[in-house]
Amino acid sequence: MELEQLRTVFRNALELPGEFPVDELEYRGNEKWDSLAHMSLVAAIEDGFGVMLDTDEVIDLSSFDRARQILEKHGVVLTD
Amino acid sequence: MLTDVFTLTQPEKEKRLRDELTALVAHHRRACPPYARILDALGARDDAAALADLPWLPVRLFKTRALVSVPEDQVIRVLTSSGTTGEVSRIHLDREAAATQSRMLARTLATVLGPRRLPMLVVDRAGVVGDRRSYSARGAGALGMVNFGRDHLWLLDADDRPDIDALRTFLDRHGGEPFLIFGFTFMVWTYLYEVARAHGLDLSQGILVHSGGWKKLADRAVDNAEFRRRLGADTGLTRIHNFYGMVEQIGTVFLEGPEGGSLYCPDFADVIIRDPVTWREAPVGTPGLIEVLSTLPTSYPGHVLLTEDLGVVHGVDDGHWPGKRFSVLGRLPRAEARGCSDTYQGGTA
Repeated sequence: MELEQLRTVFRNALELPGEFPVDELEYRGNEKWDSLAHMSLVAAIEDGFGVMLDTDEVIDLSSFDRARQILEKHGVVLTD
Repeated sequence: MLTDVFTLTQPEKEKRLRDELTALVAHHRRACPPYARILDALGARDDAAALADLPWLPVRLFKTRALVSVPEDQVIRVLTSSGTTGEVSRIHLDREAAATQSRMLARTLATVLGPRRLPMLVVDRAGVVGDRRSYSARGAGALGMVNFGRDHLWLLDADDRPDIDALRTFLDRHGGEPFLIFGFTFMVWTYLYEVARAHGLDLSQGILVHSGGWKKLADRAVDNAEFRRRLGADTGLTRIHNFYGMVEQIGTVFLEGPEGGSLYCPDFADVIIRDPVTWREAPVGTPGLIEVLSTLPTSYPGHVLLTEDLGVVHGVDDGHWPGKRFSVLGRLPRAEARGCSDTYQGGTA
């Protein structure tokens, strides 16, 4: 799958503009990504990629890069 | 029940915590000048022979002083407690402290919830977390818990009325497998127990995690034992875990064991009950003020705090999990608190 799909999920869940650069995003590093938005983001990632994240992974999902790694652990490899 | 945070016997814990907390006292003394001045004024030394010798701060000090042990530009979150008088505690977290507190809270609750996120029923309204600028303590508590669930149902509508149809739908879909219920104690009783009983709903697969105290239920003569008994008898819900925690020690919760009636301390935390007159440690069975100790507060000096809550230790290394088991008995009566009894009361996570 394309990494762009994950970027789109992030932008939609965090209500960021269409071209917003998300690759460097960190949890609480942007005002849009607070604990409330985190819930929406997790749900959007689960729906978008057909995975179920454990509690540890939800807590560990602290950046765009970590999201990519966690998806990889679930067998979802994203290519840029 | 598998656990990796309720493992240490009291002698093991006291040795480990004494060393770790002694190091934290020294750390905060170096990093937080107001804390250092308080300890100097108390004549506190950096070494302690026992946990009970560690210098404590009154929890309400966080309402009147900015106590922080990291440079301002490293603070990523400032948590505030509820306060009706305008006085609120302000707790400063850096990235590491924020990550550690959520990880340790997760490990603590995984003991009773397991590693998977369960379908989750929140006995509150979605709006309680809706306003990002001003979370209430209720909102912050609910928000801290939502990570542990999935497919969340917020039971109450905008007017705080339980949505029975939505609850039925949730139970039809998820009620046959373990699901998580979270709420403040009096709300669980008022909005879930009474509704479930009236409508004959089956909550037998639920795992309830609740906090907030019994004061609002006292006029209905509902205490912990009665709460557990009637939920079990009338709704089938038997997996019930009360917890005690405060924003001033975020991430640390003292959790009721599966047998009910006692709160247990995770490996990184402990309680000491103190006689409110002599300040000496009270023996098992004797009520006093609760001091809470935790290794999690690294970015602010909240590692040893004297609360304004009364509690009693029931036993040591004789319960479902090792260590001390205790109960919270309520607030220190106002008169004795000399007008200082407006601190945050609800549990938050």
